[in-house]
Amino acid sequence: MASITILLDNCTGCTLCVKACPFGAIHMANRKAVIDMAKCTFCGACVEACKFSAIELKKEAGGKKDLSGYRDVWVFCEQKKGAVQSISFELLGEGRKLADKLGVKLAAVLLGSGMEAAAAELGWRGADKVYLVDHPALKSYQDDPYTEVLVKLAGEYKPEAVLCGATTIGRSLVSRVAIKLNAGLTADCTGLDIDPKERLLLQTRPAFGGNIMATIITPNHRPQMATVRHKVMKEAPVDRTRRAEIVRKSYPEEVFSSRTRLLDIVEEIGETVNLSEADIIVSGGRGMGGKEGIALVAELAKTLGGAVGASRSAVDADWIPYSHQVGQTGKTVCPKLYIACGISGQIQHLIGMQSSKVIVAVNKDPDAPIFKIATYGIVGDVFELLPALTREFRRVLNK
Amino acid sequence: MHIIVCIKQVPNTTDVRIDPVTNTLIREGVESVINPFDAYAIEEAVRLRERCGGRVTVLTMGPPQAENALREAIGLGCDEAVLVSDRKFAGSDTWATSYTLASAIKKIGDFDVILCGKQASDGDTAQVGPGISTHLDIPQVTYVKKIEEISAEKAKVERMTEEGYDVVETPLPCLFTVVKELNTPRMPSLKGMLRAKSAKPLKWTAEDIEADPAALGLDGSPTRVIKIFTPEPRKGGEMLKGDTADVAAELAELLKDIAL
Repeated sequence: MASITILLDNCTGCTLCVKACPFGAIHMANRKAVIDMAKCTFCGACVEACKFSAIELKKEAGGKKDLSGYRDVWVFCEQKKGAVQSISFELLGEGRKLADKLGVKLAAVLLGSGMEAAAAELGWRGADKVYLVDHPALKSYQDDPYTEVLVKLAGEYKPEAVLCGATTIGRSLVSRVAIKLNAGLTADCTGLDIDPKERLLLQTRPAFGGNIMATIITPNHRPQMATVRHKVMKEAPVDRTRRAEIVRKSYPEEVFSSRTRLLDIVEEIGETVNLSEADIIVSGGRGMGGKEGIALVAELAKTLGGAVGASRSAVDADWIPYSHQVGQTGKTVCPKLYIACGISGQIQHLIGMQSSKVIVAVNKDPDAPIFKIATYGIVGDVFELLPALTREFRRVLNK
Repeated sequence: MHIIVCIKQVPNTTDVRIDPVTNTLIREGVESVINPFDAYAIEEAVRLRERCGGRVTVLTMGPPQAENALREAIGLGCDEAVLVSDRKFAGSDTWATSYTLASAIKKIGDFDVILCGKQASDGDTAQVGPGISTHLDIPQVTYVKKIEEISAEKAKVERMTEEGYDVVETPLPCLFTVVKELNTPRMPSLKGMLRAKSAKPLKWTAEDIEADPAALGLDGSPTRVIKIFTPEPRKGGEMLKGDTADVAAELAELLKDIAL
């Protein structure tokens, strides 16, 4: 079992470790640090913060396993209605870099029905190999057959790393696969790198709503699995001269059986709903006053070819459906441009959008917290500013 | 119908502040609350009981003080509560956590539906719910926004997707992870609060749930946190000033390249 000990002779009671602990597990008693073992996760933040070598952390139990049989970086390529989703191209772009650093192949994994042409295109996007499992039962995502097929593939070909989008499909699928493979899985990564000496995947992700970042490794289990956030990695370029080796796999019928039945796929109207894939999002909050105000937001979004977002208060007031909500109890987005209209910027909203590349805030209150993180801020009346912005963007975009 | 709700006690993010000098999280005085997504799971469990009869068991893994979260859940209408707590669980990642909860569920015994919030607001992984269903080898539906029909044998639910929703039929027993759209949680009743006060949650250790010690805590966790750091705080930029037409034109020029 892992252990963590305060070396009382070295501890000066300086409280640096108390401040460094992300889990609130350290307090001071008689001017010495005391660790609450019920809260400690052995993350080591205190060891790094301590200037007096007063904290001893013993982590590793047992010897190292032989992991040399695992090779290659895999990208699970998500498809919907036969179309490979853009997140897969982002992962192939990132996966290519990781595979090159490791000196191994990049393989795409594609599950679906009638996906032969799409498989070839994954070669254009940088995959050296494509594992293609084509079966009618894989046409649309279902937990059971997708899990079984991915577990079988990984069991046979032994990848050292598997990347997957942090989408509703990705998170449901690889959470199951990682349990079955006894593999490590890190959710919603925003940064990936390789430790070349140990051949480890360094997975960096936000926690506590983005207030802290953690780097996570999987030292003794393979594959090293990660889901990756949308729009953080750069899409792999298309090179039509590249060819991937296509490995077609088939399995006995029982592998494709599903306990659940997909009865219907309903797409909600409005081409602008898919927030996670949007490059531009225009969001409305309480300051938009009602459905009429949200219509102004939608008009600007339409002009910019973007999606419509909303704060929790706009959703709770029934001005717009929940699927548009950005923030802690809604979606986390990171578009190239986020325009917040009549949104004050409570922490729960900021959690969902503060990693956007450019943030514009329009609000009548000059003290609104949103201005503290906005790249550009405008204090003013949203009902005048939004139509003016729509006009001006139409002009500069020649629409 | 026996419904099990899995909840987590988390720090209230509304209270989370960053120390401007050390640039670290201030945890002092931060209140512990039930994970916001779990509130919808608790409410739905109580509604399922009202619809189908039966009982609701609320389960959590955590330090001894997580008992407060269980009491709160009882106040909201859950019937029984189980706390799994042991120093051996320290350092659990999502693999070990889902294994521990699945082991506790096996000890609880027969059930029809397990409900979990879609993710917890401190870790945001969304991995523990699917992990539990996999350890128990039962079907799952994630991101459930509506339970359309439910009987003793099967349920028809709506699963939220990026584009809309899927309609999925699943046999019971099964596990659902739920989103906010599912319901509006009620306030605790006076009767509930009295029950919460006198409730005695069961307390189980690693030994009680007959879990494999090698699969628990840090030893049972494939992943390791090797570094924690605070991201560079995002700084405010430029305030555009002038009359409406001027600032609108200025902004459109500034953003033209992104929008094209």
